[in-house]
Amino acid sequence: MNQTILSRPLIRPSLDPYQGPWSDLQIRHLLSRTLFGVRKADLVALRNLSMEEAVDILLTPAPTPPLPVNDYNRDDLVDPFVKWGETWINEPQPEDGELISARIVSLKAWWIEQIINQGLSIHEKLILFWHNHLTTLSWEVYYPKLSFPHFQLLREHAFGNFKTMMRAVTIDPQMLLFLNGAFNNKEAPDENFARELQELFCIGKGPNAGYTEDDVKAVARVLTGWSFDWEQGERTWFDWAHDEEDKVFSSFYGNRVIKGKSGEAGQQELDELMDMIFENNETANFLCRKIYRFFVYSEIDADTELNVIQPLAEIFRNHNYEIKPVLKALFSSEHFYDDSNIGALIKSPVDFLIGYWRSNNVQFPAGATVSNRREIRTSMLWNMSGQGQQLMDPPNVAGWPAYHQTPIYDKSWISTDSVPNRAITTDSFVYWGFWSQNLLTNVDLFAFIRVLDDPSDLNNMIDEVLLLTIPMKTSDVDKQRLKNILLTGQSNENYWKDAWLEFEADPENQMKRNVVESRIKPFFQYIFQLSEYHLH
Amino acid sequence: MPVMKRRDFLKYNSLTIPSIASGIGVHTLSKSPFLQALYNEYVDTDKILVIINLSGGNDGLGTVIPLDIYGKLADARPEVIIDKNKLLKLEDDIAFHPSMTELRNLYTEGKMSIVQGVGYPNQDYSHFRSTDIWMTGSDADEIIYTGWLGRYLNLEYPNFPVDYPNDLMPDPLGIQVGYNLSVAFQGPASSMGMVVADPTWFYDLINDEIQPAPNTQAGKKLEYIRLITKQSQVYGEVITKAAAKVASQNSYPDTNLANQLKIVSRLIAGGLKTRLYMVSLDGFDTHDNQVITTDHSQGEHANLLTELSGAVAAFLKDLDSQGTADRVLTMTMSEFGRRIISNASNGTDHGASAPMMFFGNNIEPGIFGSNPNIPDNPTWEDNLPMQFDFRSIYHTVLQDWFCLSQTNLGAIFTQNFQTLPIVKNSPCISTATKEVNRKAGRSLIEVSPNPFTTYSKAEFVSDGEAIIVQLFNSSGQMIQTIAQGKFPEGKHSVTFETELLPAGNYFIRYQTQYFQQGKWLVKVR
Repeated sequence: MNQTILSRPLIRPSLDPYQGPWSDLQIRHLLSRTLFGVRKADLVALRNLSMEEAVDILLTPAPTPPLPVNDYNRDDLVDPFVKWGETWINEPQPEDGELISARIVSLKAWWIEQIINQGLSIHEKLILFWHNHLTTLSWEVYYPKLSFPHFQLLREHAFGNFKTMMRAVTIDPQMLLFLNGAFNNKEAPDENFARELQELFCIGKGPNAGYTEDDVKAVARVLTGWSFDWEQGERTWFDWAHDEEDKVFSSFYGNRVIKGKSGEAGQQELDELMDMIFENNETANFLCRKIYRFFVYSEIDADTELNVIQPLAEIFRNHNYEIKPVLKALFSSEHFYDDSNIGALIKSPVDFLIGYWRSNNVQFPAGATVSNRREIRTSMLWNMSGQGQQLMDPPNVAGWPAYHQTPIYDKSWISTDSVPNRAITTDSFVYWGFWSQNLLTNVDLFAFIRVLDDPSDLNNMIDEVLLLTIPMKTSDVDKQRLKNILLTGQSNENYWKDAWLEFEADPENQMKRNVVESRIKPFFQYIFQLSEYHLH
Repeated sequence: MPVMKRRDFLKYNSLTIPSIASGIGVHTLSKSPFLQALYNEYVDTDKILVIINLSGGNDGLGTVIPLDIYGKLADARPEVIIDKNKLLKLEDDIAFHPSMTELRNLYTEGKMSIVQGVGYPNQDYSHFRSTDIWMTGSDADEIIYTGWLGRYLNLEYPNFPVDYPNDLMPDPLGIQVGYNLSVAFQGPASSMGMVVADPTWFYDLINDEIQPAPNTQAGKKLEYIRLITKQSQVYGEVITKAAAKVASQNSYPDTNLANQLKIVSRLIAGGLKTRLYMVSLDGFDTHDNQVITTDHSQGEHANLLTELSGAVAAFLKDLDSQGTADRVLTMTMSEFGRRIISNASNGTDHGASAPMMFFGNNIEPGIFGSNPNIPDNPTWEDNLPMQFDFRSIYHTVLQDWFCLSQTNLGAIFTQNFQTLPIVKNSPCISTATKEVNRKAGRSLIEVSPNPFTTYSKAEFVSDGEAIIVQLFNSSGQMIQTIAQGKFPEGKHSVTFETELLPAGNYFIRYQTQYFQQGKWLVKVR
């Protein structure tokens, strides 16, 4: 702890509203932390707004997305329950494992599609936050019919009330199967969910987290009776399985007793359990730390705990666990925009790949069919998976180590495997495009440059590209090298201007195009391999 | 538990393009004694080419001065002409710029030669285009997407980059120092070279240091990323080891070019099997202040030639003391010369042909070609006519220095060019070693018959991923897609028609999401 205090001398930990300049640096910071990647269009949209207006827009829920459909049939695999192009979410779970797998992958690809198409709303990133926090592993549950409503639940409550969401997730079938709630009964209580509810979802392992092993047992007993009907494929309640004895909790929970109830009344014990957990101050503290680590910075020193986390938790409690006021206070705070928090997080694979995709405005190849589109999203899924982050399947119930594993946190995204993988990915983008099954998706670097204010002005062009790709000021050495690349070692900046203007005046001319293209390729390759490009 | 299908990750530890700051990727080399022996034998006889790119367009008329037309020259370029008495005389009718003392000494010792009037037909006066023409070896009106060095390396190491580095070729195929990136090393499927950012990058690597970052939260993350990136340098270890083998080096001037060449010499002496090095000296675009008004023997051009002269002399001396001099041929290149007439700002504008310089123990010393002539009353439109096509030089180097056969040269250039007697006869790498090189790495695609006439057959391996196999002509245009889609794991073959293709060179490219491999093909009548 002492070491981290020393490492953050410049920070002003305070939730006071940010009063400083509202310039591109702050706007891109807000965009990068709440969306995936920074797009010129988004930056421009927020330039004309105040900070408060910008935060309000980003905290607006996104429209409900279309349902996932059968886009996975192929010659040797046909879903007997669902026609091509129709949704499978209400259809029975198939027996064929290949089909189950196809639906899971299709669902993941569907989410990637939603993330890419996000508007000016934090919604998709919040879902990822909640997914990492209230973790389930879709391959392990292996029941896509349950995975979809689970993620809908996260989507629905993402901006809503944490207590309501926690209650819903506790008896959500995907969670009942994932953490064995479905097998928890009075004869053989299963403590799996009861433990994680406290350790990972609500109370945590902070210095003031004092729940006991007996509390774990008691929570498990409260939750007996909730189960899963395999025939109907839905949640159910078994009177016979519910423990009707009283459940007595430790002093950490004020020695509370949840009276045992029988029959359907036993279900009310869940509400009492939620009341008990959410009356405990640690729940808000724990959640606010989690939010902070995900959106602001990986480490929390004593100062930040006192002046940011505690006031944030106070807001959370005062608003009866409504999520939005907490986010609003955080994203409007002096602390969030502190220089030392800018660029201080390492991009997750989703930030890295989808961020690239969005800021380059990568489009499907012309004539891409529904299958092709699913294949492209699937290839993206595997690419991120290769970098250490497979959506809907974190490594375990604790989520990705980047958000909880002390002391490494987000450094866990960077390894001697992931660095080359990331470099290969961006190199491929620059030189060939992105490969999937049968298709090469072209990554049009010209499209990136054309939206800039004045691509013919060398310095302007470099500054603007760097603004959209790098969170902090780029060193003069790197800028000089970038100039060198565009100028082929010459110092006269007009050589670039001439080349660009000649190309623009005659874009079909292959020779003129090649002159520009053979310089912007290594230019972008250089930027994407800067260590700074891994930060956001 | 369900069985999960996640055939997703990088299955091979290979890289598509060795990335800018290096090839990255991790590889542990397992060395068999047999291969080690082969490797050692090979190093002793291998040859190396070092190219010094004088970027910006070097003023040939101000570098190698034709004394027979000195009067006309003085009239044509009064703003830059150097006092005849200050020039360094080589022969009766030819002299060096006064800053080239060390180079004149090398010339006198028989370690330097000059080829006059090198250029190409229909000179392009854009730095960008002309540099690309020189780096790719194209005609003025032709676009080629690969570099001449890349195509040469691809011929020698056709499996690159799949399963590289390996026992047979543990080292980078080519190294370019500096960020003035060129397409010279671009091969048909991937870049064949590695780029060393600058001398600092090199010393950070061998001294196990990383570029410092500011003492901030972001700075700490940066340092971590840089550390891991350094550990991922696929060639980091071989370079560090090679550098460590060299106990001491001769002294070099402390200039940018000298620092680059110092590294090159160290890597050569350290035993890297790397054959091609490219370094560069920028700033030759002397539209103004090429000379200073009061003394034309001084100015920007003089400074650049001083740097060149000092660096090359130190380099050659160091090679001598390391015992590697016989294996190294060094040459300069520049995208064009400069205009005959000077301009009012004490400089010269973009021109056409210019002399190239060659250094080493194995060059035939002397001057090839004749002094340029200029019109009696030159205008700004007049340029020096070309005597030799720059691709003649490339042919010469590949054939006489690297011992490439005519057939192989045909795969690198679309046309034939005369060779010049600038390289001394010297032993060549044995054919057996060449065969070994060809086998280094893993072959993903083979084509037979090759050469072919009416048809040929591509045999390739699949690991179950999507594959695309395409045929390109020698300038890089796609001719046809031969195979595309997901193929089950194992070997596959596709026969393709070639009846309608014009005779000439082609290459076939195999591509998956993670790697590329290209092989040269020849269609014959």
